[in-house]
Amino acid sequence: MASPRLFRPAARLLSSRLSATRPAFPQTACTPSILRFRGYATQNGTKEVTVRDALNEALAEELERNQKTFILGEEVAQYNGAYKVTRGLLDRFGPKRVIDTPITEAGFCGLAVGAALAGLHPICEFMTFNFAMQAIDQIINSAAKTHYMSGGIQPCNVTFRGPNGFAAGVAAQHSQDYSAWYGSIPGLKVVAPWSAEDAKGLLKAAIRDPNPVVVLENELLYGQAFPMSEAAQKDDFVLPIGKAKIERPGKDLTIVSLSRCVGQSLNAAAELKQKYGVEAEVINLRSVKPLDVETIIQSLKKTGRLMCVESGFPMFGVSSEILALSMEYGFDYLTAPAVRVTGAEVPTPYAVGLETMSFPQEDTIVGQAAKLLRL
Amino acid sequence: MSLKALLRPRTLPFFRPWAQAPAVGCRYLAHVANIEDIPNEDDKPFTVPVSEASFETYNFDPPSYSLETTKSQLKQLYHDMTLIRRMELAADSLYKDRKIRGFCHLSTGQEAVAVGIEHAITRDDKLITAYRSHGMTLMRGGTLKSIIAELLGRQDGISFGKGGSMHMFCEGFYGGNGIVGAHVPVGAGIAFAQKYSEKPHVTIDLFGDGAANQGQVHEAFNMAKLWDLPIIFGVENNKYGMGTSAERASAMTDYYKRGQYIPGLRVNGMDVLAVMSAMKHGKEYVQAGNGPLLYEYATYRYAGHSMSDPGTAYRSRDELKTERGNDPISSFREKLITWGVFSDDQAKEVDRRIRQRVNDEVAEAERSPEPELKADVLFQDVYVRGSEPRQRRGRTIDETYYA
Repeated sequence: MASPRLFRPAARLLSSRLSATRPAFPQTACTPSILRFRGYATQNGTKEVTVRDALNEALAEELERNQKTFILGEEVAQYNGAYKVTRGLLDRFGPKRVIDTPITEAGFCGLAVGAALAGLHPICEFMTFNFAMQAIDQIINSAAKTHYMSGGIQPCNVTFRGPNGFAAGVAAQHSQDYSAWYGSIPGLKVVAPWSAEDAKGLLKAAIRDPNPVVVLENELLYGQAFPMSEAAQKDDFVLPIGKAKIERPGKDLTIVSLSRCVGQSLNAAAELKQKYGVEAEVINLRSVKPLDVETIIQSLKKTGRLMCVESGFPMFGVSSEILALSMEYGFDYLTAPAVRVTGAEVPTPYAVGLETMSFPQEDTIVGQAAKLLRL
Repeated sequence: MSLKALLRPRTLPFFRPWAQAPAVGCRYLAHVANIEDIPNEDDKPFTVPVSEASFETYNFDPPSYSLETTKSQLKQLYHDMTLIRRMELAADSLYKDRKIRGFCHLSTGQEAVAVGIEHAITRDDKLITAYRSHGMTLMRGGTLKSIIAELLGRQDGISFGKGGSMHMFCEGFYGGNGIVGAHVPVGAGIAFAQKYSEKPHVTIDLFGDGAANQGQVHEAFNMAKLWDLPIIFGVENNKYGMGTSAERASAMTDYYKRGQYIPGLRVNGMDVLAVMSAMKHGKEYVQAGNGPLLYEYATYRYAGHSMSDPGTAYRSRDELKTERGNDPISSFREKLITWGVFSDDQAKEVDRRIRQRVNDEVAEAERSPEPELKADVLFQDVYVRGSEPRQRRGRTIDETYYA
């Protein structure tokens, strides 16, 4: 009991002193984070935030910031979101800007695209991207291609978001990963956040980007909490689209991954270190389109070995593309054939054991890495 | 009968007794009633009658059967319809000369719809249509040269040669859309934006009788009515979706009733005055906050579906001949001559000038260079300038484009 009382005045003194000096050094905000003082205040400023809350915060901040922005989708308003990502937005922004739609994906997606063509900045939520397949013509033909077809006179600032990929026990029709589908379309940008910081920074970037952007979230990550830095908690935090993040540096193996598989890859990397003393570098793609080829190839040059981990179907997928790029840009640096760990080529089964067999698990990643490294 | 024959002045009877017309395609025939007190001044308003057979309503009051206009406006209507006709015929011959590639859908026969709509709305109102869009683009403010140049795939094209026949855009005009039915909810979104931004304007959302059977058209109807969007949906019923007649594709061909909970109106789409009167009426209704309307313009396409379709396999020559007897341009011309708006000679002079203008602008469009064959041009405008990805792949790794 005694210590807080003793420390409190000192803390106040410290904070007031810091705040007094802050105006004198405004440039600190611009210095790279690595040079910034990482002391007591920063440590304290980091907060555990779930992906769901990070997305919610991003939506609220962008709705606050720009009157042209509104969100529409199934159950986004009164129900507070099928996955509660839009919780509280109706109360805060009213029914004009948080709009429940009928269950007509093609219709409301087309409507969002039309509103974007007419100058608004809609956020179109799909309850899951599996249902967006009903509207994929609008996303690709109406949204992605119009700017080019018009010779650059008709932009379309629209954001499509929702959970993508498999969830737990929802079987084949609700489990597909569309990263490769959207990632193949010129005119679209596609991001796939993993952590809370990713979720907030990328969603905000997507909403602000003047092109149509697809934000592929993951239902299994919504409830997961991640540390969020002080900078990321601010309302001006935006991550660049098209830039990957090295989540764990290493020298022996490059693991490129996205969305939920980033977490699995990090755990696998820790296990590789513990079991074999191998240093695996884990790259969180963050952005599927544009793809950060430079970061991947730089890492490949360093490690000489490449492994992709994703939960999409194996054929013509994100991993296939990265492996092809490694051939084109990094063949001379590869010391072993690049490999991929992907979802299995089956419609997702319902039974838990079979479902587990259909997607990369941590031991799958560790096993494949060990094989690649001939351990 | 060749398309060019249409432009020959013909003597049509001023008044056709309805009983004489054949059972199919007789819904609306030009009906010239004499009017009195035509002013001498070009810009002095006076009233012209709209044929009583022009409208069929569904839960909706019919528009006015008289239209206030001026001599100069009537001449302009004639001018615009003739200009579209000449432009389409020019496109037809350019296509046959193999100068236009790919798709080219002509709107000959349907000119009264494009012209009637444009003269009833303002430039602040928005319009979106399907792929038969040349006439609409011209009416919305696209220049003749830029449209022809686009068809030719040239630099001076309205979309700089990147869109082609089906994809032309300009202020207040959202294309030119190639996926049948998909642009209908997009139009609802444009109307949504108008309502959201509290603008007092309306959106005109046009599609064909073929598209009317698409599911998402009905999704758009539902949301438009649910949220009272300021939109007038318009089915341009030219009786065929490609080669399938409306009767063979639609369980119910009264398209204006297909909105069910949306009031509807069938308009004689071969009569520019009827279209204009209907659009003025509809715009007032929608602007008053009454929600959407569903219009059906009964019209006819003289040409085939596209240039590869001679348009003869699925319809008879007799039918074509009957429909041509009801031509929107020549019947309107007869009206204007009867009313004394202009003389036969003056009409011929208008025709001659338009022909000359189209020839000149086509020649100018043909002089426009092709887009430069370099990566900068190829990769430009995939993304909004300043937000492009750093690199995009060409056909080979060596052709990778760095912004």
